[in-house]
Amino acid sequence: MFEITSKEKIAAKEYEIWVKAPQVASHAKPGQFVVIRTSHNGERIPLTIADFNVEKGEIRLIFQAVGKTTYEMATMKVGDSLQDIAGPLGRPSEIKKYGTVLMIGGGVGIAAILPILKTLKDAGNKVITILGGRSADLVILKDECEKHSDELIVTTDDGSMGMKGVVTDGMKVLAKRGEKIDHAWSIGPTVMMKFSAYTAKDLGIPIFVSLNPIMVDGTGMCGACRVTVGKNIRFACVDGPEFDGYEVNWDEVMNRLRQYKDQEKISLENYMAKVGDLSWL
Amino acid sequence: MAVIKISNNKTPIKEQDPKVRAHNFKEVVLGYSLEEAVAEANRCLQCVNQPCVAGCPVNIDIPGFILALKNRDLTKSAEILKSYNNLPAVCGRVCPQESQCEGRCTVGKMKGHEPVAIGKLERFVSDWEASQETINIPEISSKKLGKVAIIGAGPAGLTAAADLAKMGYEVKIFEALHAAGGVLMYGIPEFRLPKSIVEREINFIKSLGVEIDTDSIVGRSITISELKNDFDAIFIGTGAGTPSFMNVPGTNLNGVYSASEFLTRINLMHAYEFPESDTPVRLGKHVVVVGAGNVAMDASRSALRLGAENVKIVYRRSEEEMPARIEEYHHAIEEGIEFHWLTNPIEYIGDDKGNLTAVKCIKMELGAPDASGRRRPVPIQGSEFTIETDMVVEAIGQTSNKVLLSAFPELKLTPHGYIEADPETGQTSIKGVFAGGDIVTGAATVILAMGAGKKSAIAIDEYVKSKKVAR
Ligand SMILES: Cc1cc2nc3c(=O)[nH]c(=O)nc-3n(C[C@H](O)[C@H](O)[C@H](O)COP(=O)(O)OP(=O)(O)OC[C@H]3O[C@@H](n4cnc5c(N)ncnc54)[C@H](O)[C@@H]3O)c2cc1C
Ligand SMILES: Cc1cc2nc3c(=O)[nH]c(=O)nc-3n(C[C@H](O)[C@H](O)[C@H](O)COP(=O)(O)OP(=O)(O)OC[C@H]3O[C@@H](n4cnc5c(N)ncnc54)[C@H](O)[C@@H]3O)c2cc1C
Ligand code: SF4
Ligand code: FES
Repeated sequence: MFEITSKEKIAAKEYEIWVKAPQVASHAKPGQFVVIRTSHNGERIPLTIADFNVEKGEIRLIFQAVGKTTYEMATMKVGDSLQDIAGPLGRPSEIKKYGTVLMIGGGVGIAAILPILKTLKDAGNKVITILGGRSADLVILKDECEKHSDELIVTTDDGSMGMKGVVTDGMKVLAKRGEKIDHAWSIGPTVMMKFSAYTAKDLGIPIFVSLNPIMVDGTGMCGACRVTVGKNIRFACVDGPEFDGYEVNWDEVMNRLRQYKDQEKISLENYMAKVGDLSWL
Repeated sequence: MAVIKISNNKTPIKEQDPKVRAHNFKEVVLGYSLEEAVAEANRCLQCVNQPCVAGCPVNIDIPGFILALKNRDLTKSAEILKSYNNLPAVCGRVCPQESQCEGRCTVGKMKGHEPVAIGKLERFVSDWEASQETINIPEISSKKLGKVAIIGAGPAGLTAAADLAKMGYEVKIFEALHAAGGVLMYGIPEFRLPKSIVEREINFIKSLGVEIDTDSIVGRSITISELKNDFDAIFIGTGAGTPSFMNVPGTNLNGVYSASEFLTRINLMHAYEFPESDTPVRLGKHVVVVGAGNVAMDASRSALRLGAENVKIVYRRSEEEMPARIEEYHHAIEEGIEFHWLTNPIEYIGDDKGNLTAVKCIKMELGAPDASGRRRPVPIQGSEFTIETDMVVEAIGQTSNKVLLSAFPELKLTPHGYIEADPETGQTSIKGVFAGGDIVTGAATVILAMGAGKKSAIAIDEYVKSKKVAR
């Protein structure tokens, strides 16, 4: 069992927890994820390792309540335990000195971009970060990202923080002023990754995206997480989750995420009927 | 010599009615009563040359356990079985007896006779033992001979662990998933192998002092060099779990599954109990399963139990080459699975939302024999046709699990990507590292994996002892 040692609400329906998982903490690298289960009836869901503390043997998870499992996690308290945490899984990000890197995070994907940008900064890169959200209150971890970036640009759909627009608008601003970018990362909602990959391609910037397909085992043994990259079928849990953004078949990724839409709805409705009012989430 | 009179057929065994069982996940075969088991034991001739024993991959003293059963000494019968086979309740249910012990049985060679139902008797005796109040835990040596790490809690790893623990080793199993058992837990369905039986065997192994660390992926959660530092020897039993796909156009449409995913959702994650269990699985109405091995039988019969209106198996060879256990094939036919021999999918067709709607197939014919000695199926030009379907399950084979192998590049592999290991000892190219089961042989059987675990346990004991003497 994996005990929750702290919990904080960081935005509407978004939470941060630290959990005891010493084995994961001592082996984790930026870009990797864990698979968790809340209980013995629970589903196995993947979550990015947003940070880890080797001394305390703890990992930090940041999640958005979107369905049964993440709602249930949001109701858990300090001292409660997750049934399972398996990891670290996936290939770590390719950390080296690129020169100038552009880090694009959107929504809860900001949690995944943070550990990578920190490490890239430590590796001597100039880090420019673009964070995007629908509105100011959904731009999470802004201060932490800012601390480890040379420059931070915020975009919001409604203009309530930073520039009004989406992350690709931020990318275009940088291009216009002639900023030379050697590599980019984009992590967030699939549509955001898709369009930032298109924009990066137009601008000639190589870009990694971190795909979030539905997974089961997370260890390469089922193929649930398969995606088409270039002409090949790849398993995101072992061959990824990061892939060359130019090569991803985006429509397929989005279709596959909708596979269990009907059941996901039933599952959440059942859960809400059982636990009562969850509007406070 | 008196003329021996034995009934032509095996003593019939009770099974759930096909119409009923096609809608539930409970075990199909209900088992023998003591009287039925003794009657079946009486069909055994107690052959001096013991052909059945030679047909058994771990050479169980078959006439011995059958004789004890015939004499109604079930304790002794169970003891004999357990001394050769750590998982008799499992093997009695899933071994391909028709090509092993029963395939060699003298009675089966007599005109018009079926062999002795060795598998069903093995199952009877081990289920009887499990139903007893007291389970004998063998004496375990209290002095600790050394520490052994086992990677993977499938039949190979569990067997090696149990044997080493009995010898007096401190044994720790690292298992990637949240439950031990390997394919027994995530692959073979409840209706063929109840999970309570697998759990019972695992609890027995734990009672021997074996520690099982689940959620522990070697190569990720713990490295090989950490294991080398902390343990005297390592046994790798990581299996062949990576699904292969045919890679025809449309493979990533919604509704196309690998059998591994489909069965893992159902067995390990209990998707058939959704929404009580959180993990969903697609409920196909018109299901096509590709392949005709045990995995394909399990997938097709599971789809039926989830409520499919019809389930078709398409296989590129003919009935004769079908690799599944014969009992499963018969059960599948009884339950109404349709078989389309000499048929191969060439394309999956979907709608504009990426959902599968049909599969395009081609008819095949058998040509000249290939490397495996089987006649190679070749497509018949112009014979394409389509089947409307909302779910396809590909059960065309698995390959080695890569996570460990990619974290252990020093380990020598075969050209097919399995670990190179001595068939008698499991010794790999690296000192102190042993391997067995599907990760060495490629997808095979439970009994072969178990046998490999047994051989390696002996070799590991010798290795650790010689190492300690040398020091
Ligand atoms: C490598 C990886 C890292 C991720 N990291 C994070 C993270 O740090 N924080 C975060 O909030 N989310 C993360 N996700 C997404 C997260 O796994 C899903 O939101 C979660 O599984 C939803 O489960 P649920 O039961 O709450 O919702 P459900 O009702 O099951 O589903 C709601 C939505 O989540 C998607 N989803 C459902 N099941 C899965 C699954 N097994 N795997 C992936 N997506 C699924 C569905 O497409 C659906 O749109 C990550 C996904 C991947 C693949
Ligand atoms: C659906 C299906 C039906 C079958 N039916 C039959 C049948 O009727 N009769 C029969 O005899 N055989 C059958 N088989 C084959 C049989 O199950 C296998 O041959 C046998 O289980 C192999 O045992 P193993 O111990 O080598 O590997 P597995 O059973 O595959 O176990 C390997 C274990 O290692 C774990 N693992 C992998 N990588 C790591 C890692 N890096 N760290 C930690 N753990 C790891 C896996 O999670 C798994 O639990 C069937 C197989 C399938 C898939
Ligand atoms: S071959 Fe058949 S009849 Fe002979 S000993 Fe074995 S089980 Fe009995
Ligand atoms: S999640 Fe099963 S192979 Fe990737």
